Amino acid sequence: MRRTIPLVLTFVVGMYPVFAFFVPHNVISNMNQRLDTYLVIVAAFALPLGVVNLVGMNLSKIKQKKSGWPYSIVLLAGLAVMAYFGVVGVITGQYTGFHPTFEDLFEHMVSPLQATMFSLLAFYVASAAYRAFRARNVEATILLIAAIVVMLGRIPFGDMLTGGNMTPLSEWLMDKPNAAAQRGIIIGAALGAASMSIRVILGIETTYLGKGE
Amino acid sequence: MSRFYIFPALILLLAVPWSVYGQVEPGAPVGSLRAFDTPADDGTGVTLEWTGEGEFPIRVMRSTARLGDYQEVSEAFAFDGSYVDRSVDRGTEYFYRLEYVVGTDTLVTEAVGPVAAVGNWFRTYRVVTLVGTIVMFTLVIGFVSVARQGRELYIRKISGLNAINEAVGRATEMGKKIMYIPGILSLSEIQTIASLSILEHIAKLTAIYGTDIEVPNKDPLVFSAARETVKQAYLEAGKPDQFKEEMVTYITYDQFAYAASITAKMVREKPATNFLIGSFFAESLILAETGQAAGAIQVAGTADIPQLPFFVTTCDYTLLGEELYAASAYLSREPVLLGSIKAQDIAKVILMAIMGLGIVMLAFGSDYIRTILTTR
Repeated sequence: MRRTIPLVLTFVVGMYPVFAFFVPHNVISNMNQRLDTYLVIVAAFALPLGVVNLVGMNLSKIKQKKSGWPYSIVLLAGLAVMAYFGVVGVITGQYTGFHPTFEDLFEHMVSPLQATMFSLLAFYVASAAYRAFRARNVEATILLIAAIVVMLGRIPFGDMLTGGNMTPLSEWLMDKPNAAAQRGIIIGAALGAASMSIRVILGIETTYLGKGE
Repeated sequence: MSRFYIFPALILLLAVPWSVYGQVEPGAPVGSLRAFDTPADDGTGVTLEWTGEGEFPIRVMRSTARLGDYQEVSEAFAFDGSYVDRSVDRGTEYFYRLEYVVGTDTLVTEAVGPVAAVGNWFRTYRVVTLVGTIVMFTLVIGFVSVARQGRELYIRKISGLNAINEAVGRATEMGKKIMYIPGILSLSEIQTIASLSILEHIAKLTAIYGTDIEVPNKDPLVFSAARETVKQAYLEAGKPDQFKEEMVTYITYDQFAYAASITAKMVREKPATNFLIGSFFAESLILAETGQAAGAIQVAGTADIPQLPFFVTTCDYTLLGEELYAASAYLSREPVLLGSIKAQDIAKVILMAIMGLGIVMLAFGSDYIRTILTTR
């Protein structure tokens, strides 16, 4: 029973969107939209589990003075402050949106930190490109040449060197061999996803449930 | 005498519904207006079609009575030729007409209607997709039945999946932990479910070898499912006492804060092996490049095409697209699961044959296959 009910539920909620994909009638589509809403509600119930785990792990790290424990204090303080101002803003109804302090913290601390992490990507791309483009064998050499052509095709300097031939060559590389390879992967992945989904819907694949009886 | 006035009066009377502000002239920029319920939709659209040419601005007008007060629904150009009104109430009858300005006169077309939007029961333009879905279901069910009968099915070697045991073995030998990152999307993403299947296999291996594993999560639903998966794997490996709650942790819902936390762990704790399997976005390279710099052996797997080059560059093994979905069957070697992989391969062969036929037909000037395969 512990496994039958989840499997039946999986079959029903898995087949319903497939059915709704072909049947546009509002009777069907309304329920389909409602299923999406249920997903958000279930996720909202799962969030406290995550927060409890986060607080528990960091408190035990502080207690046991594990390596990097001061960071846990910063994390818990950040969590408490943001949660306090986030909740106060909504509960009191004093503000149209969030508490101003919450917005200040988000705008002046969280957003710049996110931007910092994102901007690090430029350096990671440079170091990854350096490693990828080393001409160690025939394949890597072809990759290197293709990359040089595409990069030169993206800047006016490439066309200046080759009398305007670099951009068309670069576009040909992207539109023909590159697109063909990508489509091959996309078709394979789509079939794989379909096959996996059917396994889950039909209850053949049950890893996500655990296998205990 | 009065009979001589009857005919002109009748003509004038008939002309009124067509033309409130002015007369539609011969050679007008738009004409032949027709309105009908948008086919194969959920009853939220009325389609208007007209003939017209040029960038002549027109207004689409709507009323609930033929001679009622017409309100503007949208603006369009004569050359558009059609418009779908999505602001209708299902079941309500409407009349439509087009208005346009010639010189100082506002002219209108004949009102058409009544027309009401009605919900339909089948999206006719998805017939080919339906056939494809039925074929796929049939193949999967068929090959699963074949596998259940005990017939051996051959699946090609996937080096990325073979490397999993090697990667776990390396961590065991080094006495360091394994970090398993299940992507950043929720359980509604099929890649995440595929990732959890691989996690189960790896967690069983770590339970058997007594190796530490850490699974940091971004999504709370995935966190719950991953904890259950790892716990179950330890139970099945006969080592339930070795399972610790801190093996599966929740980090944050924020994408870059999650990436920052994991990269910090990679740098500080230097895990011997990193698995990055699931759905990734901009953080993929940040994670994989940091892991590479920290000296870990890395196995990645994703079906997100833009992230594949990053993983191929920075990881020792990468599961490309379909290999990720085949992993659970490949690793478990369960005949029933292998049957579905075989079905997937057959579907691929069928698709390749159809595409090949389409290419040949296109070369001979027929785009029939391309047309029937074009779906919405």
